[in-house]
Amino acid sequence: MDLSYSDSERAFRAQVVAFLKANLPEALAEKVRLGRALTRQDHDDWHAILNAQGWLASNWPRAFGGAEWNAVQRHIFEEECALHHAPRIVPFGLSMLAPVLQKFGSKAQQDYWLPRILSGEDWWCQGYSEPGAGSDLASLKTMAVRDGDHYVVNGQKTWTTLGQYANMIFCLVRTDKTAKQQEGISFLLIDMNTPGIEVRPIVLLDGTPEVNEVWFTDVRVPVENLVGTENQGWTYAKYLLTHERTNIAGVGFSLAGLRAVKRLAAMERSGGKPLAQNPYFAARLAKVEMDLMAMSTTNLRIISRAAAGQAPGVESSMLKVKGTIIRQEINDLARRAAGAYALPFASEAVDRSNAPTPDPSEAGPVAAQYFNNRKLSIFGGSNEIQRQIIAKTTLGAGQ
Amino acid sequence: MNFELTQERQMLQDTLRRFLADRYGVAVRQEILRSPAGQSTEIWQALADLGILAALFSETDGGFGGGGFDLAVVFEELGRAGVVEPVLDTGVLAGGLIAALGDTAQRAQLEVLMGGGLQLAFAHGEPASRYEPSWVETTAQLTGDQVVLTGRKAVVINAEAADYLIVSARESGAVDAPEGVSLFMVPANSTGLAVQGYPLLAGGRAAEVTLDAVQLPATARLGPAGGAAPAIATALARAAVALGAETLGAMETAARLTRDYLMTRKQFGRPIGSFQALAHRMSDMLIELEQARSAVINAAGHLNDDDRTRDLHISAAKNLLGRAGRLLAEESIQMHGGIAMTQEYELAHIAKRIMMADHRFGDEDYHMERFIALSAQ
Ligand SMILES: Cc1cc2nc3c(=O)[nH]c(=O)nc-3n(C[C@H](O)[C@H](O)[C@H](O)COP(=O)(O)OP(=O)(O)OC[C@H]3O[C@@H](n4cnc5c(N)ncnc54)[C@H](O)[C@@H]3O)c2cc1C
Repeated sequence: MDLSYSDSERAFRAQVVAFLKANLPEALAEKVRLGRALTRQDHDDWHAILNAQGWLASNWPRAFGGAEWNAVQRHIFEEECALHHAPRIVPFGLSMLAPVLQKFGSKAQQDYWLPRILSGEDWWCQGYSEPGAGSDLASLKTMAVRDGDHYVVNGQKTWTTLGQYANMIFCLVRTDKTAKQQEGISFLLIDMNTPGIEVRPIVLLDGTPEVNEVWFTDVRVPVENLVGTENQGWTYAKYLLTHERTNIAGVGFSLAGLRAVKRLAAMERSGGKPLAQNPYFAARLAKVEMDLMAMSTTNLRIISRAAAGQAPGVESSMLKVKGTIIRQEINDLARRAAGAYALPFASEAVDRSNAPTPDPSEAGPVAAQYFNNRKLSIFGGSNEIQRQIIAKTTLGAGQ
Repeated sequence: MNFELTQERQMLQDTLRRFLADRYGVAVRQEILRSPAGQSTEIWQALADLGILAALFSETDGGFGGGGFDLAVVFEELGRAGVVEPVLDTGVLAGGLIAALGDTAQRAQLEVLMGGGLQLAFAHGEPASRYEPSWVETTAQLTGDQVVLTGRKAVVINAEAADYLIVSARESGAVDAPEGVSLFMVPANSTGLAVQGYPLLAGGRAAEVTLDAVQLPATARLGPAGGAAPAIATALARAAVALGAETLGAMETAARLTRDYLMTRKQFGRPIGSFQALAHRMSDMLIELEQARSAVINAAGHLNDDDRTRDLHISAAKNLLGRAGRLLAEESIQMHGGIAMTQEYELAHIAKRIMMADHRFGDEDYHMERFIALSAQ
């Protein structure tokens, strides 16, 4: 047992920190720190900065232009990015689609699509969920019918994150109605500018237009946009889910969040003293911090096994559940810390009106964030579904 | 022992519930939430016409209610429907203070209030006060028959719509002393009064209020000089009962929506409520809902007891509602999945009402601490 990072890992961390200090624009970091909504340009800028450094596709093999970091390096990078308030790297193209193309795509698809992901030319979104197919994804109904050298797609996807910015969507579609659910699904790449596609924004409960409905009416998709084999899409989707759950524990986000809460608790007054000295609040904070300390070691245990080539199994489900509970708990602490200043609706809309921030201590958006992050335990396989997976491995298939 | 509502209160509840079911549906409320004013004058007038505002006041004050269970009945219904109009701020808080402390001229405003013609706000909390009711840094300087108010008030709900702000200010004493605090009825158009408004996450609007040497005749004082603390404590206790009942009503709606959704939403070919992992949590929600109901009953039933008994029950209820409210809000959202994350869906607003209630009149931790202190007395 040796809990410390190796010399080379420490050197790597120093390199990451130096890079972030030199290249992460201050204004952008400040926006992230204050929980402001990022514009498309903000995302594009950060994407380009990382790409110039060659660190954008940290998980890709070198052969495809990636950095090919191991799991420990990726963890260090993600942790430092979160602690320096770098924007989250939009994952849909880079860490969801790309690994599928690298493993199952044709040479032509790899040559065409992968460089465009790196350059930022394409913005991808994920078209899996449908109104009737959430946890039970395999029940999806969006149909793709072969017509000459095209598929004709009809149906609806929903919850499409940042679909408003996307020019491309990767979709799971049904290509065989007669087969068993999982065996009639295909993986299609669809140009969002094709006639027949309509994107309708969904405003989330904190007022952010983060997700969308995407409607397909007789949308013609060239057959060369089929990934792999027809009706094998479920296999690819599962590959994507089980192998590319990087950063599932969100340790970096939690560390940054905890730091923000501590800053808030130092500024807020309770009975003339900093709230941080209030024993009730301090106890809540301590409990989350202790959980996080243990969880980040669990995370590192799994990561170092992964770096040694062992694919994580049920542990990623455990990390998803515990990691999201901790992040949500930190959001809860932040809203508690803000006191009455949790009440204002400090949204982007309010920012834009140039109204002065009501709270001198910047507590503004903590309650909105608390509500927004309820999503963490719903998407990416809900925490109930994760528990179901854990239960199955220990209690058997009857579960 | 009798836990039934009196006939009058039962009628009040039925009337209000029917009115809100007819006139305050989800679409209407969404419209109100989007409106610049953040409240509907039409609904306000209709509530006044129904006697809802008068139900908050005793007969001596010109109303026909004013007891703990009157507040509870009214606010449970308002909470059930997710009403955002400032009944609590105008009626219970500011109106309650005028009823408790006002001279004849000031009390004349109560009739206007009950008729729907007056809006008020209680400008009490400050950036540094957190939940301490006696923490008042705003000062009142008396010179002859004039008084000058200076200070800042934080998150004053309904400040922009209010005709008068009931402002707390210190005439003497240490910054956290109950003694020395006075109240003033400050007309909205007073010189030196700046109101910076913003919307609230759970609906309605509030403002940061700055008093920059606001000059008033001393007759604007509400109640005794430096002696407003006991009336403020009473008003806050009544407001906590009202808010508790409102939260209870909202929790009932959250439970109802969740139950309906669990029975109708199908995944894996069956209603998701048939998964025991969800069914048992639905049961826990209902168990906590009954706990919340009893806690509100306890608080309402002890509202007129001695201060210690009253506040012990208020703190017990506020703490319990903080815990049970969070459980219901979070579990309801979780068991709905994505749909509950949307602004359009009724539960989103209801969950925000529940959670934001923990940020008024002391949160779960504040009342834990106060309960322990009161228990030791
Ligand atoms: C903010 C946000 C962003 C999203 N972004 C995307 C995106 O970009 N692309 C995309 O394709 N999808 C996206 N999703 C969709 C997300 O993956 C789904 O919300 C998720 O799969 C849950 O599906 P559902 O919402 O339909 O809930 P349901 O599946 O209907 O679940 C409702 C409840 O039932 C529970 N449940 C379901 N089955 C079981 C069971 N067998 N046992 C016990 N409990 C069960 C669930 O855990 C949940 O609590 C996003 C969702 C959100 C909220």
